[in-house]
Amino acid sequence: MIAKVLKQVLLAGIGALAASGAIAQGKDSVVICQTLEPPILDPSGGAAAAIREVTYGNIFEGLVALDRNSKIIPALAESWETSADGMKYIFRLRKNAKFHDGTPMTSADVKFSFDRAVAPDSKNAQKWIFQPISEIATPAPDVVEITLKQFASDFLYGLAWGDAVIFSEKSVTKAATDPVGTGPFRFKSWNRGDRLTLERFDGWWGAKPALGNATFRFIADPQAQVAALLAGDCDAHTNIGAQEAVPQLKADPKLTVTVGRTEGETIVAMNNAKAPLNDVRVRRALAMAVDRKLVNEGAVSGFGTPIGSHFSPNHPDYVDLTGETPFDPKKAKALLAEAGFPNGLSLTLRLPPPAYARRGGEVVAAMLAEIGVKTSIEPLEWPQWLERVFRNKDFDLTIVSHVEPMDLNIYTRDNYYFGYKSEALNAAFQKIKSARSDAERKAAFEAAQRQIVQDQVNIFLFMLPKVTVAKKGLSGLWEHAPLPATPLAELRWQ
Amino acid sequence: MGHFILRRLAGFVLTMLAAAILIFLLLEVLPGDPAGTMLGVSATPETVAALRAELGLDRPAFQRFLSWILGLFTGDLGLSYTYRVPVGGLIAERIAVTLPLATMALVLAATIGITLGTLAASRGSGPVDAAIMAVSQLGIAIPNFWFGILFVLLFSVTLGWFPSGGFPGWQADPAGAFRALVLPAFALALPQSAVLARMTRTSMLETLGEDFIRTARAKGLNRAQVLRRHALRNALIPVITVLGLQFSFLVAGTIVVENVFALPGLGRLLVQAVGGHDLILIKSLVLLFVGTVIAVNTAVDLAYGLIDPRLRIAA
Repeated sequence: MIAKVLKQVLLAGIGALAASGAIAQGKDSVVICQTLEPPILDPSGGAAAAIREVTYGNIFEGLVALDRNSKIIPALAESWETSADGMKYIFRLRKNAKFHDGTPMTSADVKFSFDRAVAPDSKNAQKWIFQPISEIATPAPDVVEITLKQFASDFLYGLAWGDAVIFSEKSVTKAATDPVGTGPFRFKSWNRGDRLTLERFDGWWGAKPALGNATFRFIADPQAQVAALLAGDCDAHTNIGAQEAVPQLKADPKLTVTVGRTEGETIVAMNNAKAPLNDVRVRRALAMAVDRKLVNEGAVSGFGTPIGSHFSPNHPDYVDLTGETPFDPKKAKALLAEAGFPNGLSLTLRLPPPAYARRGGEVVAAMLAEIGVKTSIEPLEWPQWLERVFRNKDFDLTIVSHVEPMDLNIYTRDNYYFGYKSEALNAAFQKIKSARSDAERKAAFEAAQRQIVQDQVNIFLFMLPKVTVAKKGLSGLWEHAPLPATPLAELRWQ
Repeated sequence: MGHFILRRLAGFVLTMLAAAILIFLLLEVLPGDPAGTMLGVSATPETVAALRAELGLDRPAFQRFLSWILGLFTGDLGLSYTYRVPVGGLIAERIAVTLPLATMALVLAATIGITLGTLAASRGSGPVDAAIMAVSQLGIAIPNFWFGILFVLLFSVTLGWFPSGGFPGWQADPAGAFRALVLPAFALALPQSAVLARMTRTSMLETLGEDFIRTARAKGLNRAQVLRRHALRNALIPVITVLGLQFSFLVAGTIVVENVFALPGLGRLLVQAVGGHDLILIKSLVLLFVGTVIAVNTAVDLAYGLIDPRLRIAA
């Protein structure tokens, strides 16, 4: 009835409106939808993944980059050499690289960008990348020599991050709102809250990208994302929020659905510094009470990849440790009794806003109740979660996805929110940092992964999935996300 | 009369000031740090401190409150913490979406509600009346965001008449911008129009029972003429009062509906500002919402005074 009345009211205006029609989709433009909007566009001024999803490899580039398989590839540096002791890097820059304002990119820009990143007033969220640097020399406009003060096996890897992109001194102050980079696409316009447009930069050093124009649209509501895909308003969504809608989207002949992995280790973090969770038996009991498979099902519709330690299966040195803490409520109960809690205990479970945490939290709470652990669930907004859980460590349990790639180092940090301290792990981590050969590094990584499980620091659930939905005919989207990125130069219509 | 208006306006300013103080204090006690939220979980404490200093967050609360209040008068509301652009400009951009949306919804709600209400009352108790009352009951019960989702499924996904969400901008594509607001405006308007329909019907039935209606009929006017010239005008006075009050519901409704349709309006901006703990933006936005509601209420008060002289003295 309502629809009928509406239809009549609407029909009058429809004729005129229909004429203006949907914007014609040419074959050289694309509308990429993503969940979150970047607050600013300067990847050296904020940690938001959305900044990188828009700018990485599109507007801004680093000396090196990561490709879709997590491999380090040349970007602004066309080649590099490392000294035998690994303490000196010589980068040869591309001679034909220039910024979107026409100025050539030279070694001075590299030195400026890295010096700026470590300056006392720097807002760079990943200072560790640059921390090993002792000196940057610029013997020629296309040569950069970086000397390290301490060997770091992950130095080159860090330079591939969005936080290490190259700015020009002339335009860096405007990078937050009007970015000028060296990438294949230049910033065109931004309707905050809705969309951002980029256009191809014809002065780019690489092969000409197939697409001339790209629009990023920001749709936060999971149902609205699905509707936009079904209505054809998005050519692709890089990671949808409503995983339960996957069967519906798969049934649409116009769309393809790809399930990949992000680098987000999703864990039930435990406050190791606070009783009763400072007892490894209690932590192990909780871990054994949780059925990973069911949490995966309830939190992300089963699209997550189960993990047994804080390490990504995307990495070549990954060891599958999911068998180390099997789902065993009986054993869990016995462990609790042994630790002095035969009648169970009560804990708080503080949850940040994402669906994986809120939904996963309900499932985890129900499982813990089975072994007599009562949890009081408290949902928090991000700023409050960061303040109360992350900074003030006022929590027993929380669920969060550690989305940064290769973040095993958080277990070695003093005063980190889950309050873990282990000499054994620190030693293993030093070995990783100083490893000179692949075999050496692999052994050190395995030792570290095992140590974290042995101490049962947290409950390791699954890798957060990346569910990409795209129109048929659009190719080149990344299946996995070794870094938050959507490189537009790799996209094309068929 | 001048005195009456002056007193009302003084009341408006005082209420706004009280609201401003309350908003500021509430946000002060709320846990969270804008700088820490921006920089995420890997940043060192020194980096967070550097950003806090740049944002002016290290200044004492009283100083920040004063500069905000002074800014309200000079129009300089400061830089948004998360977006790093002036708050004033950010809000102005969003008003260009929310104001047309709320206006469209108000006009739609009034048109649909008053038409249906009049229709129901004029036919007496019969199938038309019963049907309209049943539908309006449904309209009151269904929340606006649910209408929004249903509309998108029907008109965007199935029929493809309207975009599923988003906003191309008035300058870039005026027709597209208008199209983008049609579904959200209907979603906002329908629950309101249901309320108005019931209100109009009741008021109309009362008016139709008055003596002057019988007189008008007696002097030879037909039903339609009586309805249009005499009954409707009198019946609408209470309806317009309700319409004014409903404006606050519309403002609140945009927050939800803008999220469903991914519209870059004030409501969505508020949600994003809360998510990013952008205190400086939240303050000004909430004050704007409060101000709108108080301004409409003040206008309604003033209108009463104009209509009924007794109220001017009593107040």
